[in-house]
Parts: sequence; C-alpha cells; structure tokens
Amino acid sequence: MPNQSDLIYRYDGSFDGLLCCVFESYQTKAIPIDILPSGATAPLLFAVKEVGTDPEKAKRVLDSIPEKLGRPALEFIRQAFLTCLPQKELHILLFLRLGYRYGPAVMNMLTDKVVNTLFKAVNHLTRESHLFKGFVRFSIFNNVLVAQIEPQNYVLPLLAQHFCERYPEERFLIHDKTHGMGLVYQPYQSTVIPIEELELPEADTDELAFRSLWQLFYDTIAIRERYNPACRMSHMPKRYWNNLTEFSQISYQPGQTKPIAMINRLTSQEMPPTGTNEIYKGGPA
Amino acid sequence: MDVFDKLKILTDAAKYDVACTSSGVNKKAAAGGIGNAAACGICHSFSADGRCISLLKVLMTNICAYDCKYCVNRHSNDTARAAFTPRELADLTINFYRRNYIEGLFLSSGVLKNPDYTCEQMIETLRILREEYRFSGYIHAKAIPGADHALITRLGMLADRMSVNIEMPSQSSLQLLAPDKSKQAIFKPMAYIQSRIQENSHDIVQYRHAPKFVPAGQSTQMIIGATPDTDFQILNLTESLYKKYKLKRVFFSAYTPVAENHLLPALDTTPPLWREHRLYQADWLLRFYGFTAGELLDGEHQSFNPYLDPKCHWALNHPDFFPVDVNRASFHSLLRVPGIGVTSAKRIVSARRTTSLSFDGLKKLGVVLKRAQYFITCNGKTADGIKTASTWMLRTLLSEKTLKLYQFNVQSEQLSLFEHLPALPSGQEDLLACLTSPI
Ligand code: SF4
Repeated sequence: MPNQSDLIYRYDGSFDGLLCCVFESYQTKAIPIDILPSGATAPLLFAVKEVGTDPEKAKRVLDSIPEKLGRPALEFIRQAFLTCLPQKELHILLFLRLGYRYGPAVMNMLTDKVVNTLFKAVNHLTRESHLFKGFVRFSIFNNVLVAQIEPQNYVLPLLAQHFCERYPEERFLIHDKTHGMGLVYQPYQSTVIPIEELELPEADTDELAFRSLWQLFYDTIAIRERYNPACRMSHMPKRYWNNLTEFSQISYQPGQTKPIAMINRLTSQEMPPTGTNEIYKGGPA
Repeated sequence: MDVFDKLKILTDAAKYDVACTSSGVNKKAAAGGIGNAAACGICHSFSADGRCISLLKVLMTNICAYDCKYCVNRHSNDTARAAFTPRELADLTINFYRRNYIEGLFLSSGVLKNPDYTCEQMIETLRILREEYRFSGYIHAKAIPGADHALITRLGMLADRMSVNIEMPSQSSLQLLAPDKSKQAIFKPMAYIQSRIQENSHDIVQYRHAPKFVPAGQSTQMIIGATPDTDFQILNLTESLYKKYKLKRVFFSAYTPVAENHLLPALDTTPPLWREHRLYQADWLLRFYGFTAGELLDGEHQSFNPYLDPKCHWALNHPDFFPVDVNRASFHSLLRVPGIGVTSAKRIVSARRTTSLSFDGLKKLGVVLKRAQYFITCNGKTADGIKTASTWMLRTLLSEKTLKLYQFNVQSEQLSLFEHLPALPSGQEDLLACLTSPI
C-alpha cells in the first residue's frame, strides 16, 4: 500500500508534467495531498516537492496506460486534464492508480468516488464544448474571422477539429479569455498559443450590417404566444450571453486600425500542421 | 425593399414551422469550400420562446396563390409580402454561416405563380450555395406539393433533408381547411422522396461516389389543436409515418390562431402547448424506448393525461410489469421505468458489470430516484420507507406545480387519475416548463 504523504507536488502545468508526477508517486510509493501547477500558491503548512518534466519518464507512463488500462482510459484522462475540476491532477493520479490495479474495468467503476467525480467533470467538458460549437460568434475584420469565448473548461482543443473542418479556406482566431489561450488557423494548419489580451478592432459597415440582420432574425423568429424565458435560460445560461452577437449593443464609431494588424500577424505566422495530440499537450497557462 | 425588410417579413412568415434541427448527417467541407455538418445537430442560439435556433429559417417568398385557412400566408390575408432573389438569400446564408450564427438554411416557400416556378427559385438558391460557394453546411428544403418530380429530384440532390408537411392530422380536416391541397398532393411527393432515398442508397452501395439524395432523410409536421383530431389518431398516424415512409422525424406544432374563421379556434385561444408537449414525449417513447402507439393510448382513452407524462401513465396502469430489478433487468425493461432515461439505463448496464448496484450506488450514477424508486428493486430490496399506496405514488410522480393544480381542480386526493380527468384550465398550460426538451 502506498503511503499518504504530506507532500504537495508542483509541476509545470503540462500533461507530460502530470505524467511525471504519476511516475514520482509510484517511485516513492507515496500519494501526495495535492498536485499544483507552477503558478498556483501552495498552502503554507505543507512541504512542496518540485517534480520536473522528463520526457523519458512521461513516455514510460504514457505507454503503460493503453497497455494496462486500455485506449479509452487514455483518451478519458486526456479529456479530464482539460476540465475545470478542482484538483483534477490529484483525481487523475488516483484514477490511474485504480486503473493499474483493476485494469480496463476501471472505466465501469462509476460508483467509485474518484471515477465518478472525473466522469462528471468530463461530461461537463464535453457538454460545454458541444455548446460552444454553436455559441462561438465570429466577427470578420479584414477577411479574418475572430471570436472570443469565456468557457469554464478548456474547450479549445476539442473545438479545433470542428472549426478547421468547417472553415478550411478561412483564416480564423478563437480567443479563450478564461484561459488566456487562442486557437489560430490558416489554410491548412492550426495551433494553440497563449494570448493574454486581445483588443478587437472596430467593425466595418458590412460587419455591422450582418450583426444587425442577425439580431433582426433572432428577435423575429420567436413566437410571442410561446414566450418562455426560463426555458431559454436553461438551454443557454446567462454566462454565455456576453459574447453572443444577438445580445450585443451595435454602434458604429470610426476607429483605429492597429488591432487589425495584430490579428493579421497572429493568423499568418508559421505553425505546425494540425494534429490533435499536439494540441492536447499544451495545457492552459 | 431592402434585405432588412425582406428578412423581417420572410422570417415572420416562417416562424411557425417547428423543425429547426440540423441533425442526421456528418460532413466535412469540400476542397476549396466551406461548411460541415454534425450528425447530432448543433443549436446556435435559443430564441425568447426557448426554441433552438440552428438554421436560417425563412421563406423564399410569402406570396401565395393558395388559401389554406390556418396559414398567415394565405392568399386572402392582408399582410406585407416580399420575395428574396436566389442570390440575395444565398449571400445572406453564407454571411451568417461564416460568422457561425447558423448551421445552414431551412428553406420553405409560399406558392408563387405555380408549384414548379416556386421550386425552381428554391433550386437556384441551393445551386448558388452548393456550386458557387461550394457550401457543405446543412440545408433543409420543403418540397412544394404539386411540383414536377424532376424538380423535386433536383432539389433533393442539393438538400440534406426534405420535408412535406402533412399540415392536418386527418383527411377531413385537410379538406375543410386546405381546399387547394389534397391528401394525394401531400403523400405523393412523400412517397416519391422515400423511393428516391431507397434507390439512392442502393446506388451508393454500387458506386461509392454516387451523389447523395437527401442524406439526412425526410421529416414532416402537423398542426395540433386547429381541428378535433384526437391524440390517439395523431399518434397512430405518427407511428405509421415512421413505418411506411421511414421518416426521420415527425414534428408537431401547437396551433397559434392567425385567422378569424368559424372553422377554426377563436383568436383568443392559447396554443395547446401541453398537448404538443405530451405528443413529443410519446413520439420519443416510440422512437427510442420501444413503445408502440397502441400501448400508450387506445380507442377508449384517446387523449393524453394532462397531469402525467405518457410513460408514468403507462407504468401506473401496468403494475404487473414492476418492480424491475436494476441488477438483472434487461436494458429494454429498464427503459420502461419512469425516471430512467436512455443515459441512465446505459450507465446502469455498464456499472453493474463491476459491482452490484444499491440505491446509493444508483444515486452516485446520477440516476434520479424520485420517481424510479417506486418501480425498482436492488437485488430484490425496495427502497427504505417506500409506500406504494397509489395516492402516495401519485404525489411524487406529479410535479409540485401539477399537484397543486390537480388538487385545486378536484378538491380531493382520493380521486383516481384514470377515471374522469378534470380538463386543464386554459392559461395554466405554461406550467410545462420546457416544451422542446425530451423526457
Ligand atoms: S400553400 Fe403553404 S404558404 Fe400557401 S397558404 Fe397554404 S400553407 Fe400557407
């Protein structure tokens, strides 16, 4: 039996880094009380152990997962890593420990507290990323599509394939304000990069016209006799409304052009070809 | 008239059509093109009435040569008229699509000049989208009854889904209210589309790259509450439509009064939303839960119970089927338990492979026990403190709001829900919170 230690692991925030924490836990036969990414402040009372990211160790853990727990379990923890679950790292470690003991059956152990918590978190993630396939709203600046979102979970990696297949000939940028990351695409490559602040340029007349046409459509399509705001709210909670064109104020002011230059730069730099695994690796800052 | 005016008029005229789903087909953008589609469908927004907005739902034109009495666009109605040109509409669709406002286009139309001419206008719009913009997003096109088969075929090669609206649930209602349409005119194109879909799936097996004819299948819609047709008749019709024409969906639309006419409900009638809701619940039971129309209603009981959903109602009438043991029952038996949906049933089946399920375990799986507990056992044991007296069960099966309403109406808890049901007072139908959602 591993010991419950009173150590906190600190890792660099990457998926590989977390795998190294798993390695560390097995090597020292101990379970940490928490695993924190480098930026987070650790509680005073506990000692902190810095766990470095060693690609070699990460690979050994990574290779063992499909072998011992099966492919679905690997896919599952990759997704769990993107969720906004508090202490997701510790849960992933505990899940893997269960999995090494019970094998692929761990995916069915839905009444276990750890497995159950992770499943709920992953469900939340997949539900939210599905919603965002619909709720992303682009504005077109100088023929580049730009959207901003504020998701609770880190959904960008899950949205990448969908939007790349949707707009193969466009240049686009989806900025996740919550996690300070951006999905950038130009034919036919995409990447996810950190973007802290993004100032949007003024919309031109065409853009404003289509925004108002959309608002007109949105307001007209509702049937007055069936008005049901509670139902709307349950499908589309208020926290998503901020970035939806249908609820925005549309006003035109002639503006500066600087931000356009920034967006053009972002969407025309060199980037590696799209590969889902690549995208999974970079965790949110 | 500018595009703003046209969009307003032609959206307003299209809004009563309920189908807005973009489901049934998976696609990627073609080389050099734009647009994809997800089989599960994607909602882009929800309007103030709580309905999903997935497609740009408009009419090509609301000018109409016909005079269907229940329709805002009928010839004799004094209303503003407009028509999109095919290019205007294609451009608008693409511009909405690029901004991710929509999944695609839902195009219907009034009958301008004659069915063939109208159909040609629609074809031209879809042609611009598919050929000029190389658009692979979702397109749902309404077949215009009476249009030439060659035109319907062409439309079907361009669209993902087609529909022919049945409009009225019986022939007599149709004759009365839509004098220009006959049962023939509706079922002929429906049967034709069905036969083309079948031939096409055959072609695709033989030649993998044969162009696809309405790959997302066909659907239909009927209006509820404008005519005296009963729930039983409607549900039977629905079932046979699924069987005979292999429809993907049947939609129901609670009639919103749009015309003063002695044949129709008065203008101040509220749409029968609860009936529509019950029909959708029953439709769901037919499609995903293995129920048949005859199990839910029969000649003696032609209307749904306003206080209980059809599944609860069935369960209370079939005490011999229960209790169902969660550790042993088949997936299909689990699906018959009130409160257990497809997701819960799947979770139960997968979780019981590694452990024996208790009531606590069920809770952890996220199975809502409030209703289910009366109908299940875990390894032969019933839940603690369960009273199976029927009044108790009823109390918990009815939602709080419904219960209040029920007691208010009957002034007694003893009355059986299956005997004489008090009618639901009008205006209180809004108690059904979410009309578009499944059970
Ligand atoms: S043909 Fe269609 S648009 Fe014309 S009146 Fe009848 S239902 Fe309305």
